[in-house]
Amino acid sequence: MTETDIEPVATVDSRGAACPGPLMDLIGKIRDVEPGDLVVLLSDNEQSLTDVREWTEEAGNELVEVDERDDHYAFYVKKA
Amino acid sequence: MTHHVVIVGGGTGGTVLANDLADRLASELASGEVRVTLVNDDPDHVYKPVWLYVPFGQRESVDGRRPLADLVADSVTLRIDRVTDVDTDARRLRTREGAPIEYDSLVLATGSRLAPGEIPGLREGGHDYYSESGAESLREALLSFTGGHLVLSVIGTPHMCPAAPLEFVFMADDWFRKRGLREDVDITYTYPIQRVHGNPHIAEWARPRMDDRDIHVETFFNPESVDPEDRRIATMEGTDIEYDLLVGIPPHRGADIVAEAGLGDSGWVDVDEHTLEAENADGVYAIGDTADTGVPNAGSVAHYQAGVVGQRLASEIRGRPPTATYDGKTLCFIETGMDEASFVEFDYDHPPSPVPPSQKLHWAKLAYNESYWLTARGLL
Repeated sequence: MTETDIEPVATVDSRGAACPGPLMDLIGKIRDVEPGDLVVLLSDNEQSLTDVREWTEEAGNELVEVDERDDHYAFYVKKA
Repeated sequence: MTHHVVIVGGGTGGTVLANDLADRLASELASGEVRVTLVNDDPDHVYKPVWLYVPFGQRESVDGRRPLADLVADSVTLRIDRVTDVDTDARRLRTREGAPIEYDSLVLATGSRLAPGEIPGLREGGHDYYSESGAESLREALLSFTGGHLVLSVIGTPHMCPAAPLEFVFMADDWFRKRGLREDVDITYTYPIQRVHGNPHIAEWARPRMDDRDIHVETFFNPESVDPEDRRIATMEGTDIEYDLLVGIPPHRGADIVAEAGLGDSGWVDVDEHTLEAENADGVYAIGDTADTGVPNAGSVAHYQAGVVGQRLASEIRGRPPTATYDGKTLCFIETGMDEASFVEFDYDHPPSPVPPSQKLHWAKLAYNESYWLTARGLL
């Protein structure tokens, strides 16, 4: 079983949002969930590749996986 | 048959649009072919940019208030009531006090509200200048603040007027210097992401100016709670800082009716960023903070979007295809002290490039704030 087999408790769809919208949407959702919960962020903004990784490291959360899909990325983030 | 346009919200966007339609559709309004109703839950129109100056004793909150009835054209029906439900299938609004309102075209301009309660302790431990009462309370706190750690913390985005937190710390730095207190006051600015502003171009412009003026910066700083007793902010990132005076930019939310109607999350309507049409309902537009376009929540944006929607509605009512579109145009003055300011203008395709600060731009900003009432009336 991979980490992403854990059922996400929430999906944040930020496709179409300009920077820093996707990261702020993710931060807002992580606020609301419990430690250990998995949140998925959908973003088509290339800047998210840097933003999300930097913030998860800073905040001590875990970027479990980045899934590159046809027209967007899915970031799986586990709250510490 | 009369075409009924209903605008919900009497802030900048709603008021400018009502007056725009009164002018643009004057003949149709006179003949009864069109009716325009503006619904607002406050009899006053409030011009929020005044609040930035209240803590520094330069303006009074009352300077930002005027009766909507004095600003809106007589051909517009003004209804002071609160919309409690939007039924986009039946094209009907329910309100707190009056009869339901049927519409043919609906424009949501419900704006932002503050949600300090989302951060435990913020309401008790922090001040703000994003409300009349907050700005007045902060004025009293600043006047008695002669030394210590002043922290301005941007707690959530999007928030109204994205430049205002930078303006506040630049003004506070200058204000304390001019009063001979700056050496006794530490100023810290915190921001949720890895730079000092959401827009990278403005962040790149502002950061060296903050460093030059000894304004400390904390980035990736997302407050989780405030302890009013210990005067300490705890963050999601594990960074705690102590403060003597906290100025918080609280989380913002839109109107509950937006999410309840399935039009978007957190009170922001999902729209086409060019046409401003709601994605989840026909016959519905959103403007200003309410429209989730990704551009700043600023009065200039609401003003320009109102012009676009006014043109589109007039075209639709006259049976022509609407062609007017919003290009992301945003205009902001940015105070960089008590008597100098910069200026930016940008859109979806052209990033901002702040111009060198000058006293002339500061006076231009103050002059526009005075002439804003002409904008609200649709004259400027």
